[in-house]
Amino acid sequence: MNLDIEWNDNGKTQGLKLAGEIDAYTAPKMKEALLPLTKHEGTTIVVDLERVNYMDSTGLGVFISALKSTKEYNSDLRLVALQDRVRRLFDITGLDSIINIDSTVRGGK
Amino acid sequence: MESLDFIEMKVPARAEYVGVVRLTTSGIANRMGFSYEEIEDLKVAISEALSNATEHAYKNEDGEVTIGFGLYQERLEVMIADRGGSFDLQKIKKNIGPYENNQSIEDLREGGFGLFLIEALMDKVEIKNDYGVIVLMTKYLHENEVDINDDQISTTQ
Repeated sequence: MNLDIEWNDNGKTQGLKLAGEIDAYTAPKMKEALLPLTKHEGTTIVVDLERVNYMDSTGLGVFISALKSTKEYNSDLRLVALQDRVRRLFDITGLDSIINIDSTVRGGK
Repeated sequence: MESLDFIEMKVPARAEYVGVVRLTTSGIANRMGFSYEEIEDLKVAISEALSNATEHAYKNEDGEVTIGFGLYQERLEVMIADRGGSFDLQKIKKNIGPYENNQSIEDLREGGFGLFLIEALMDKVEIKNDYGVIVLMTKYLHENEVDINDDQISTTQ
């Protein structure tokens, strides 16, 4: 019941690799890592969710904040390698239509 | 009288206990025979209700959230109450009506998609606001569908 965050700084591309569970307890930690990255113009932030096996609306909330921030600072947010369960939440809520989700890289169980 | 096992737990109204309740939910739902997908739905729905309770019920003060699991033959009922205090399942149920938009549930809405997800993932959701917020959620076991089909076959004979 924890969330590990690995940050890869490649200049214009900033990678965040998440592993574990995103819930009310861990979402603030994710927000702390993600939000500052969105505040640099021209940056693409790639969030790898392959090893995230649980997420709820607290996680969706952080991605919505991050998305708003990217619009403000002219940066770009991409979510990749989502497990089916996590992907489903974006589909149910309709957020898959406003957040850039790369469905070509599919995560396992 | 319907046969029922009832499990009640109380946790401090803090975010770090949402995961603990989620694990318990997973264990109970697994024991009842819910599928992997259904268990995942239950985990999200219950975490949403509990997150709301821990986030909004007690502003900067310590409190408890009570979680009640009613295990029936064909369904699981989960009740989450955010004013501490033990509760009587049958008694509380009499006071719970269907959720309506004009109810003052700003706190539940604040999470954004929390309540929406609860309603999308559970079969039935009822909310009562009189003393604290009480969320009652129901999920049916799929085995029930087989029983309904059996009945239909027998009536056509």
